[in-house]
Amino acid sequence: MNELIIILIKIICALVWFLLLTLYLTWAERKESAVIQDRIGANRASILGIRIIGLFQPFADAIKMIFKEDFTPRFSRRFLHTLAPFLSFFFVAITITAIPFGDVLKIGKQTIKLQILDINVGLLFVLAMLSLGIYGIIVSGWASNNRYALVGGMRGAAQLVSYEVALGLSLVGLIMVFPSLRLSEIVHAQGGLLFGFLPKWGIFLQPLGLLVFFFAALAETKRVPFDLPEGENEIVGFFTEYSGLKWGLFMMTDFMEIIIVSALLTTLFFGGWQVPWLAADGFHFPWGGQWLLPHGIVVLLQVLSFNMKVIFFCWLQILIRWTYPRFRYDQVMDLGWKLLIPLSLVNIIGTGIVMSF
Amino acid sequence: MIKALGYFIEIIKGSIITTRHFVVNMHFHILKVLGFKTKRKGAVTIQYPEQKREIASRHRSLHRLMKRADGKPRCVVCMLCVTVCPSECIYVEAAEDPDPEIQKYPSIFIIDLSRCCFCGFCVEACPEDALRMDTGKIEFAEYSREDMVYNLEKLIE
Repeated sequence: MNELIIILIKIICALVWFLLLTLYLTWAERKESAVIQDRIGANRASILGIRIIGLFQPFADAIKMIFKEDFTPRFSRRFLHTLAPFLSFFFVAITITAIPFGDVLKIGKQTIKLQILDINVGLLFVLAMLSLGIYGIIVSGWASNNRYALVGGMRGAAQLVSYEVALGLSLVGLIMVFPSLRLSEIVHAQGGLLFGFLPKWGIFLQPLGLLVFFFAALAETKRVPFDLPEGENEIVGFFTEYSGLKWGLFMMTDFMEIIIVSALLTTLFFGGWQVPWLAADGFHFPWGGQWLLPHGIVVLLQVLSFNMKVIFFCWLQILIRWTYPRFRYDQVMDLGWKLLIPLSLVNIIGTGIVMSF
Repeated sequence: MIKALGYFIEIIKGSIITTRHFVVNMHFHILKVLGFKTKRKGAVTIQYPEQKREIASRHRSLHRLMKRADGKPRCVVCMLCVTVCPSECIYVEAAEDPDPEIQKYPSIFIIDLSRCCFCGFCVEACPEDALRMDTGKIEFAEYSREDMVYNLEKLIE
């Protein structure tokens, strides 16, 4: 019973964290793009005349989205048309279960893992769920019964499937270095030190893997440099026939994918919740000296560190989205098949050679 | 593969430009929040309804009819503005003035702003300097077309 309540609390906390971050990412995207382009950005949404640099904007957007007309064209397949956004949303939202937010939290005798599901195939689970998200795209394109939407959906599926290969292969080297698929163990393995001072993070052990993973993951989020599936402004994409809340779900899926990609990058390559030189009882600096901290503060620092890293990578991805123009379709395919996959294979072989000595 | 590596440098350059913009603008935004006054601002935006941009003195804005010393309109109904108007939005009717020096004064003077293209030819044509476009008013949106028709009372202010 106690276990069940703890799990429920964990699920609620993780979902609230995920959805709030998603909502505010829409705001952050508008603000960041504005700052990049010397503008101010959304700052007018107010409650009772109070507008704190537009922090209420996501709620205004959400209310607008809920009250918009939910229109299904006469020629669309109604059931699948409704199902598609939920598919896409569900498969992204479920990945949060495997992400470790922190180490264990001890309250009295109880030890709580700050992770909803510590499954031994955590990494595969996340990748599989992200791949299943493709069904949302294909089904929406197919069910719209609109030729352009179908072509958009197929384009999306082709892009995502081809980048899935690079995404998976780029992580093989990492799995070889930290021999586990359990995400919490991968993070634990990154707690050590390299050459006595450098934290043993994935970025220092697998720089090439990080590069390939980052590009492939950017393509997976299907945002601007790789936004061929939707192509908001000129090429017609898979959610052409969607409006209102269903369209909103597709948009939220995009932002949730950004967060998941950031969380994965953090967990796999940047030490997850690890703070450099912070052990379970406090800081142990490599130049000697230590600073002991109580358990609660250590856990807080770990969770904060995870959040900071995730927010930094969200920022980076938004920066990339507002910097580059869209790739042409053949360029996307070239980059995927001719550059990223060979690089990831080289990475696997290189890692193997280094490890065998 | 080599081709893809070729635009890698350009990709880095592009991200440096946007990052620089972000960092510099954010720096000025934070200074503003902390209460420091800087010459340069983080954004070039003018928050329109609250802040307004200064209009140049030669900007052609809403028309106004000039008055004589005694408060009557300067217009002598020479019809030059009506003739020159390319969008034919001015309508003037004359009435006889008892003063023999003036002879005519406008009993009706209408400018249909929904048709006006703000070319300013009427102002240039006017021999009496009775019509000017220097009020600085640029916001005269209305809910109906009838409200866009400005008559003598509205124009003379």
